[in-house]
Amino acid sequence: MKAFSRSRIAIALLTFTTGLAIAQVAMQPIPQDKVNIRFVSKQMNVPVEGKFRKVNASVAFDPAKIDASKAQFDIDLNSIDLGLPEAETEVKRPAWFDTAKYPKATFVSTGVKSLGGAKYEIAGKLTIKGITKDVTAPVTITQKAGVNDVAGALTIKRLDYKIGEGTWSDTDTVANEVEIKFTLSLPSTKK
Amino acid sequence: MLGLYVSDLPFSPQRLRLISYHKWIGITVFLLVLFRLLWRTTHSAPALPDTIPQWQKLAATATHGLLYLLMVAVPLSGWLFSSAAGVPVVYLGLVRLPDLIGADKALAANLKELHEILNYVMLGVVIAHVLAAIKHHFIDKDAVLVRMLPFIKPRS
Repeated sequence: MKAFSRSRIAIALLTFTTGLAIAQVAMQPIPQDKVNIRFVSKQMNVPVEGKFRKVNASVAFDPAKIDASKAQFDIDLNSIDLGLPEAETEVKRPAWFDTAKYPKATFVSTGVKSLGGAKYEIAGKLTIKGITKDVTAPVTITQKAGVNDVAGALTIKRLDYKIGEGTWSDTDTVANEVEIKFTLSLPSTKK
Repeated sequence: MLGLYVSDLPFSPQRLRLISYHKWIGITVFLLVLFRLLWRTTHSAPALPDTIPQWQKLAATATHGLLYLLMVAVPLSGWLFSSAAGVPVVYLGLVRLPDLIGADKALAANLKELHEILNYVMLGVVIAHVLAAIKHHFIDKDAVLVRMLPFIKPRS
């Protein structure tokens, strides 16, 4: 091959791979201590706070390539912490999360968009107890030294996912609305 | 009585409802007792008739004092128990009362016992109090019981 067309091929290949790199943002797994998913529900109007101790989160975030940003959460439902052992036992039963059949809840993002400044909106599919629903959540991402702090909240209706069925479906006793609050600490490429 | 019934129920929506009602009743009684105590600082109870021997008068005063103490200690210990168990008290489902102490499982277990014991002690004192009142009415035949009724004119 002549040197001329070899360099053209090289340039073409280089452009192609760079193009691929620009279009993708790598998914990074997030260490357990950098992700926190908690929630507040209500029984007889008494707030019950809980959290999940085991969450596998992977995030690809780049403010310059917001369309390519993604997030995925796998939540180990058996790791629920309600501060009340009786309630924790109950909530794993078939009328609730049915963790024997559905040990995980997952969220897979379908898109992230910027709302200006530090505000974003993430959309995705939330699957709990075999039921998938489209959800969106407002999120703020603030940059600190080498770190992107993500904070967001999302209110779901537990009955949409059949959480607390049968006698537990009375929403005067256990409210339908559950507020989920999540925070993550992402490493930032900026210094 | 509601408390006793509820503590043996399996975890269920019914149990959550009854526990809440139990707490609402407890706080209501607590408020009424506080008002009563306030009232008693400015209005003393009618004097016991002199037909009653001195030792009985002392016993009555001591019993009534103990009852007031228990009527404050019982709901207070319940409120403390709830706080230590990490369950806030939301009075009537409307007003969130402050947590008297922070969540502490070990302490909660002790406070639960305390709340139960105080209730049993109060029950004992109440029974003694009722028996004494009946004795005054049927055995001593004095006016101590009936003078508490609003429509009976006091015999001087």
